[in-house]
Amino acid sequence: MSKQVKAWAATSPGKTEPITLTRRAPDDEDVAIDIKYAGICHSDIHTIRNEWRETTFPLVVGHEIAGVVSAVGKNVTKFKVGDRVGVGCMVNSCRQCQNCHDGEEQYCTSNLVLTYNSKDPKDGTITQGGYSQYIVVDQAFVLSVPESIPLDKAAPLMCAGITMYSPLNHWNAGPGKRVGIIGFGGLGHMGVKLANEPDAFTKLERKFDIIINTVSAEIPLDLYLSCLRRDGTLIQVGAPSDQLRISPHSLYIHRIGVHGSMIGGIAETQKMLDLCGEKLIFPEIETIPASYINEAYERVMKSQVQFRFVIDISTM
Amino acid sequence: MSKEVKAWAATSPEKIEPSKITRRAPDDEDVAIDIKFAGICHSDIHTVRSEWENTEYPLVVGHEIAGVVSAVGKNVTKFKVGDRVGVGCMVNSCRKCDNCKEGEEQYCPNMVETYNAKDPKDGTITQGGYSQYVVVDQAFVLNIPQRLPLDKAAPLLCAGITVFSPLNHWKAGPGKRVGVIGLGGLGHVAVKIAKALEADVTVFSQTDSKKELALQFGADAYVATSDPKAFDKIGRKFDIILNTVSAKIPTEKYLSCLRRDGSLIQVGVPPEPIEIQPFSLLPQRNSIHGTLIGGIAETQKMLDLCAEKQIFPEIEVVPASYINEAYDRVVKSQVKFRFVIDASTI
Repeated sequence: MSKQVKAWAATSPGKTEPITLTRRAPDDEDVAIDIKYAGICHSDIHTIRNEWRETTFPLVVGHEIAGVVSAVGKNVTKFKVGDRVGVGCMVNSCRQCQNCHDGEEQYCTSNLVLTYNSKDPKDGTITQGGYSQYIVVDQAFVLSVPESIPLDKAAPLMCAGITMYSPLNHWNAGPGKRVGIIGFGGLGHMGVKLANEPDAFTKLERKFDIIINTVSAEIPLDLYLSCLRRDGTLIQVGAPSDQLRISPHSLYIHRIGVHGSMIGGIAETQKMLDLCGEKLIFPEIETIPASYINEAYERVMKSQVQFRFVIDISTM
Repeated sequence: MSKEVKAWAATSPEKIEPSKITRRAPDDEDVAIDIKFAGICHSDIHTVRSEWENTEYPLVVGHEIAGVVSAVGKNVTKFKVGDRVGVGCMVNSCRKCDNCKEGEEQYCPNMVETYNAKDPKDGTITQGGYSQYVVVDQAFVLNIPQRLPLDKAAPLLCAGITVFSPLNHWKAGPGKRVGVIGLGGLGHVAVKIAKALEADVTVFSQTDSKKELALQFGADAYVATSDPKAFDKIGRKFDIILNTVSAKIPTEKYLSCLRRDGSLIQVGVPPEPIEIQPFSLLPQRNSIHGTLIGGIAETQKMLDLCAEKQIFPEIEVVPASYINEAYDRVVKSQVKFRFVIDASTI
């Protein structure tokens, strides 16, 4: 049965308000989720302000979703009613390209479907995100939230968590490796907890293997590049609208690279959640009612949150 | 015995002329080399014309040196009189840092360049290869295999290693797709080496004018980038794209041709910063890298590969008197593809 539920949508650029949303009837592969918490990600703000690409209004954003399974399609094997689950930035992909086969669905070359503002191949509508009481997602894109992680703290892990975990994992951050993190906000503070190396950058010398740039503003990139060891890399995870300016000298002098990294694959996201569950790594959150969303956005823009807002969905 | 020898030196940014320089007496680790050929590298021109850092005039440039050993210091084990040898862009390094220990001397913070650097052995400014003779520490001398003619070996000491190192480091080989931007001194050698490594190679150049040559050198495909639709049909195909040009390129278009984890590697040294939208790196976890020549062991590996597979740069041998004119032609890209000075005319 399709279902009408409460949500908060951006009806025009910059303004989010209460609406009623229709969710599709779950198909055989789908998991129906009663949403408990939805994290506010800066990407939500960029999208509702139409700062990136064509936003289709009205739009429900939110891709840091934590909730409880309320129903499953008949082919669903991984989840059952009552399970604690999460949904991140993707709800589907082509499943056939090399990247999908390699578990890197976020790099799908033919049809990555984002949790909001994308065309949903299942019903042709525009995907609507997690600022809502309920959502239906294909089982392949649903994550299990370990018991030891409270659902409100799990929500930001679905985007901020994996966005930081993926480069740390891919570039083998670990014992003996030195990681620098630029920015100490929603992404940055998660990166520090995951990398477990507080205050790694006190002196400007060539000492880092990786530096992850989480800020969405302009920074003196060449200065950071000069802190990297040979073959070190600066990994851009933030999505600023300004250009990066890199002096070629900064790169060739030590075979340095500047990389991009985008969220993480589903298997990798589950691995991150399991790690957080095991080591009790939680984001620092401020839980808010839905009525506070617009104000929360203003505070995110001014970096006035420590460190992630999470919407209590029961207030919708 | 220190030795006075003929050379061609830059006495000002505008001019290179005949001169004499004094080479140090070889110490116990040194190899004394009678230079036969010296390649002209665009870096020589940037240095002479004071376009980079402070150039100490008068200066003898040249870091693509091929010659024959005339004497060796008493601790020299790797070379003997009569050996065919080469010297590239470095003549010393600290030998103690991680980079040196790992055979990546070019990344040593105290790497000593073949010209315009302070020589720790005698405190003078190093003087390069546009000369009849040079004295270099054995650790920075390369062996030139018999099957590599000396005139053709010279450009490999800089151009060759500069493109071989990233192809090696990023594992160009069977099944890998390599793009090469620019078909000049660096680019044409990159094509030949990448093919020798059995990668699939595509050349990107502005117009069709270099297509025939590119295909002759072994390129599997050619894209004329001045065609506005040039990038439309490519798709995400490349593992590595080497940018050998020093002019501005549409960086984001090249990034959009990379597969997941593919890299755009900046080999040339453009004067302006690279500017990109961060989004162009994110969708397939791509990167932009820099690279600088190669380590000594890697340079030897490259020379051995070129000898084995008979990979030679395309050269135009010139007398020393032609240097200034050659410089003008290099700047206008009017050489196929590397000038080599016959040192016997110095």
